[in-house]
Amino acid sequence: MSEVTLRVNGERHSLDVEPSTPLLYVLRNDLGLRGPRFGCGLGQCGTCTVLMDGRAIRSCMRPVSRAEGEITTLEGLSAAGELDPVQQAWIDEQVPQCGYCQNGQILTAKALLDRNPDPSDEEIRQGMNGALCRCMTYYRVQSAVKRASEAIANGGGGADPNGAGGVNGAGAAAGEVDR
Amino acid sequence: MKRAAELSPRLDDALARWEGGTSRRDFLKTSGLFVLGFSSVGFSSVGFSSAGSGGGRGIGVAGLGPNGSGDPGETNSYPDPDYLQLDSWLVVHEDGSATFYVGKTDGGQGTGTAMRQMMCDELDLAYDRATLVMGRTDMTVDQGGSGGSDAIERDALPARRVAAEARRVLLELASERFDVPADELTVSEGVVSVAADPARAATYGDLIGGRRFDVALTGRNVNETTGLAPIKSVQELRVVGRSLPRYDIPAKVDGSLEWAVDVQLPGMVHARNVRPPFAGARLASVDESSVRDIPGFIRVVREGNYVAVVCEREEQAIRAAESLALEWEKSETAPFPSSEDLFEYMRGATPVGAGTGTSPRPRAEGDPDAALASAATVVEAGYDIPFQGHTAIGPAHAVADPSDGQMTVYTNDMKPYSHRTGIAEFLGMPPARVRVIWMEGPQLYGRTAADDAGFEAAYLARELGRPVRVQWMRHEETAWDTKGPAFAIDLRGGLDDAGNVVALDYRARIANYAHVGYNQADTVLIAQLMGIRPEQPSPGGGRGPDEMYHIPNRREETRAVRFPLAFETPLRTGNLRDPNGPQTTFAGESFIDEMAAAANADPVEFRLRLLRGTTEDDATFRRARSIAVVEAAAEAFGWDPRPSPRAPGSGRILTGRGISYAYRVQTAVATIAEVEVDRESGRVWVRRMVCAHDCGLVINPDGLENTIQGNLLHGISRTLYEEVQFDGERVTSVDWRTHPTITHRDAPEQIDVVIVNGDPNPDRPDLPHYGAGEPSHRTVPAAIANAIYDATGVRMRRIPLRPERVLEELAAAGA
Ligand code: FES
Ligand code: FES
Repeated sequence: MSEVTLRVNGERHSLDVEPSTPLLYVLRNDLGLRGPRFGCGLGQCGTCTVLMDGRAIRSCMRPVSRAEGEITTLEGLSAAGELDPVQQAWIDEQVPQCGYCQNGQILTAKALLDRNPDPSDEEIRQGMNGALCRCMTYYRVQSAVKRASEAIANGGGGADPNGAGGVNGAGAAAGEVDR
Repeated sequence: MKRAAELSPRLDDALARWEGGTSRRDFLKTSGLFVLGFSSVGFSSVGFSSAGSGGGRGIGVAGLGPNGSGDPGETNSYPDPDYLQLDSWLVVHEDGSATFYVGKTDGGQGTGTAMRQMMCDELDLAYDRATLVMGRTDMTVDQGGSGGSDAIERDALPARRVAAEARRVLLELASERFDVPADELTVSEGVVSVAADPARAATYGDLIGGRRFDVALTGRNVNETTGLAPIKSVQELRVVGRSLPRYDIPAKVDGSLEWAVDVQLPGMVHARNVRPPFAGARLASVDESSVRDIPGFIRVVREGNYVAVVCEREEQAIRAAESLALEWEKSETAPFPSSEDLFEYMRGATPVGAGTGTSPRPRAEGDPDAALASAATVVEAGYDIPFQGHTAIGPAHAVADPSDGQMTVYTNDMKPYSHRTGIAEFLGMPPARVRVIWMEGPQLYGRTAADDAGFEAAYLARELGRPVRVQWMRHEETAWDTKGPAFAIDLRGGLDDAGNVVALDYRARIANYAHVGYNQADTVLIAQLMGIRPEQPSPGGGRGPDEMYHIPNRREETRAVRFPLAFETPLRTGNLRDPNGPQTTFAGESFIDEMAAAANADPVEFRLRLLRGTTEDDATFRRARSIAVVEAAAEAFGWDPRPSPRAPGSGRILTGRGISYAYRVQTAVATIAEVEVDRESGRVWVRRMVCAHDCGLVINPDGLENTIQGNLLHGISRTLYEEVQFDGERVTSVDWRTHPTITHRDAPEQIDVVIVNGDPNPDRPDLPHYGAGEPSHRTVPAAIANAIYDATGVRMRRIPLRPERVLEELAAAGA
């Protein structure tokens, strides 16, 4: 083992680990973070995604010794107590099913929108393509990316919680999903 | 913008793992609800006969382990919450909020949110004043966990009745307090007031907050549980029917949720399994010295052909599993055919013994042979559907804590109750000393490998005497997870001169022998690898498509075939979302389309004619509701009636539309797919889908829509990409390259969900709530294949339709 230094969500950490250890296990097991999750360990699915200096990287493939930049995890997006517009869009669109993959979806979208704040449908499909979801929430993920893009263009963007009609005779009411 | 912290309410302290666990237990204990029943069962090693290398070993693998003590003290036991006590289901806190306890789990379809809505409605409490706890064997009554899309259809009913009963008791308490008859009280959002004098009011918290109800319920089983109060009529429901946001989503979006995969306990170590490299291989030797120098190495555990390595840290365990030197002996007979030869093998194999493996619902009506012989036109076709896996996005995992002679398993297994009893049986422990805590995890669409991982963790934890975390690797999940069975289905149909269907003969072969059930101590993978065998392997039958077509002469037969290797095989089958539905409906609904084409009829009109062939209906109006969904889908799509295929296009991209209809239990569904077929690349894109869906009373329209969208896209994935491939020795689908799934590129541009909700009589909104977790899934493969036929004139009879296969089929047809 040896001393490795990391910067994660604005904090510095010095750890005594094998330098070849994938960043994923250090984030999860040493720093107790829950956003990045194991999905394949092969760079194929995106569930382990974190941002490094704003770029989406796969923490399962990155030796901890080569995680030199500023790492942001899902927790880090709302570290200041405010949800990122991407996270807010995910809630407004009620995207997740099980949610296991959504760390990868959200951070991939975050990196995409930072690069290209107004992506076309095709650019969204392209940019998100490596983030797999086995509950197949792609349709809502893509709507949420568009919603986040609009919110960013409008300077931050929360949601109007009202709207959406009911069925079974119940009328629309406050507190319902606005989709 | 809302603050993250507010959006991530952790469940109240009753949920906290240790402290809360105790307080909830104490709460229940002081109410005298626990039935302590160790004496009723003898828990020494249970005798299961063992045909494998383990030779006569019992399932109770080694009796009580290092931490086991003979006499379970009450402190380390977890008796079952009594479903006949109101306090087991519902607690009102001093501040007037409530916690509900249900024995279900939520795989991401919003089951918890829907149950909370229903219980709030019956209790007359605002939705945001309640929390809901699910699937902890020590805290929530045994409702079996998830399965069969029955949470809303079946298990919500006792929960509703119990909440209604709580409301009744609260009104009674208020009646005493105000000395006013209960029917002169009104209640709104947890406040009871005197109708004539609203200033006289009390909150639920004032009336009972923090105290027990001590009210006994009745019912011969958990599903019948009821108090005295009736549930509300549909017209009285206020919280039900609204698209309330799912309570679990914020914490899944801001990273604050603790998942089963996150559980870390003091002293916990990490394990990885080492699987046989060839199906049916026998482990000859293990060289522990090959890994002894890996830092953090603790132990190799071996029993029969089951092998695991245990290390202090996760990455060390991964390295040790990769480095461990073992010698395996291949079995002499090939365990199974290759996936290339699968369907030929299945059609040629002798079905498993007479009287087994037949359809549980053999259908024989009229005289199909005579009708076929005299038919004007006979249509014949065979359909092939490969093995498909769950391949969860997060491979199977569990943490087990063996401290103090008890065993606690943290898991996302969708059936925590059978997980508990199965593990207890496997370890030879009293069930009361085993506790299973369900936590969120990746999808739970059936009998996943979460079952297997929990048993492994518990076994290893007992061997090590320390908490153990087991995590399967990607290749294990994809290769060794339970599979949905392969089908080879042959159909013959007869049409008369007028194009009416006069006969249908359906014969299916299903590769489903020794199908594994849920959490069975004698079929979980670790048991199989240890040489344990079930006394009675499942014969592995199946049923045909579920439709309401009126066809005077028909036969339906489904028989199981087996491979040489029935156990310790990566081709073990188990329930996968909508078990057998997508396979049988693919064949059934593709074939109806083939007959429509032979009759030169419009596919929608052809189906409606078959549905209207009789006016007989059943008590749940399944026929009328089937007709309604087919009509609703066609209308929403803008279906223009004409036979398929359409006039051939000449460009590179051909487009077409196809319909498929089915019901599942009580839910009727019709789905229309519009596809684009790229003639040059072979790529199929489902551009648009319309799904008309009738599951009766809708609890949460947006949640239902999300669930249906997931079902449809999962169906697209199984139709276009998913196939477990294998050579004659092993499964070769081991990751996302060798076992592709749909990606963002494949998502439809538009999905329209049409909630039919109780037709045929839209003025009759009192249809009960039926299941929606699976029914729409089964309609997808045939809708896509029928649309490809419409676009190209080429019939796709084998899924998945990866580009290579589509190109091959187009070339073969000269299209
Ligand atoms: S876990 Fe890293 S890409 Fe799949
Ligand atoms: S939401 Fe379940 S895997 Fe994506």
